Amino acid sequence: MASSTSITVEVDGVSYTDDVEPRLLLVQYLRERLGKTGTVIGCDTTNCGACTVHLDGASVKSCTMFAVQADGHQVTTIEGMAQDGKLAPLQEAFHQCHALQCGFCTPGMIMQSASLLKENPHPTETEIREGLEGNLCRCTGYQNIVAAVKSVADGVEYGDSGLSVSESLTDGETAGVK
Amino acid sequence: MIPSQFDYAAPTTVEEALGLLAGAESAGDDVKLLAGGQSLIPVMKLRMADPSLVVDLGRIPGLSGITDDGASLTIGAMTPHHVVATDPLVAAHVPLLAQAAATVADPQVRHRGTFGGALVHADPAGDMPAPALAVEAVFNLAGPNGNRSVAAADFFQGYFTTAVEEGEILTSITVPKYTGWGSHYGKFTRVAQQWSIVAVAAMVRVEGGVIAEARVGLTNMASTPLRATSTEAALAGCALDATAIAAACAHAAEGTEPASDLNGDADYRRHLVTVVAKRAVMAAAGL
Repeated sequence: MASSTSITVEVDGVSYTDDVEPRLLLVQYLRERLGKTGTVIGCDTTNCGACTVHLDGASVKSCTMFAVQADGHQVTTIEGMAQDGKLAPLQEAFHQCHALQCGFCTPGMIMQSASLLKENPHPTETEIREGLEGNLCRCTGYQNIVAAVKSVADGVEYGDSGLSVSESLTDGETAGVK
Repeated sequence: MIPSQFDYAAPTTVEEALGLLAGAESAGDDVKLLAGGQSLIPVMKLRMADPSLVVDLGRIPGLSGITDDGASLTIGAMTPHHVVATDPLVAAHVPLLAQAAATVADPQVRHRGTFGGALVHADPAGDMPAPALAVEAVFNLAGPNGNRSVAAADFFQGYFTTAVEEGEILTSITVPKYTGWGSHYGKFTRVAQQWSIVAVAAMVRVEGGVIAEARVGLTNMASTPLRATSTEAALAGCALDATAIAAACAHAAEGTEPASDLNGDADYRRHLVTVVAKRAVMAAAGL
């Protein structure tokens, strides 16, 4: 019973082929098989949004998807957002706007914000709040998160903060925990 | 949380899926169909559902998408809520469904969760059944003995129970196009992404300065979605003013059997439904 299934998934631009048990959740696959621990598990009950990733460009909660369902699809995690060691505009905005305190919800917040801005590049504040209703933050009161997303929508240029992104964090193979 | 072990099959045709269901039934396996998984996977993680076989419908082409049939639209069962909420055909011809779909859970869940999956799941607090009842949707099922269609009035049979028999699959939903109707889905919740405590799917056709015809579907007022038939009757010929509409909507709780839970007891819901119905009918009538 429950034999393994072979899947091929493109994660953050790299193609992976693995045998997985059907009950393996996508978030477990990302974290435990690929070592992409940037995607975190918060509530594990589809409420908090901390595990949000993009599946073929649209946000999904990776705790509420089996890895086998991602077979043949593209997944982008928070670890795929920075390009060439430079933070993505949303990441830079969260940093500059102080849009986090403990930081646990931040990967999911940024992934959902990116999905929101893709669908609605110029949201109102209300649309940002509604767009983030599936992401819970227990520290900030959301004010600076909304401000950060709005600033990116408004085209605010922050420049490069100089924060570097570790190579090991953007390369799933070297970080892999097999 | 990790679900129990299960066997997994990902058929690529409806016929193959029906064969898997028939085989599982004769083998005595507990089989579950996986659509978007936004209800099934959480209950599997809680081990409230413990299927031995999961048949994933996500690899079957043709179960997703919206087609224009002339007088009606056909919505594939695997069409995600996000698509129902944003599709121009739905917005133009059955905006009630688009508006209700946009209130389901949160954006991430709407990207994965499906229209057909939510209807077959038939959660009394789910947002799609009452609008489907109000628009008089027709449910198209494939089964071992061929295809059949079930009217919305006959589809929802009880708590998480529909007319879909073992061995059958909901493949699509046909919805008549509406011209000259206004609609509104009024949903009452206390916090973001919550289930409806009570919600009302209202449709009205205004003619000659009065409401000529109305449909009122209720969410979470019984084990199934209901039509508020007394309110619908009272709204026929009703003047377009708040007092008259409130009087008609005072009947909205008639024939309902709401549950009591942490969000409110049954009496609270019986009162709330009259308030939400009035607001929804007013909005549907453009008032």
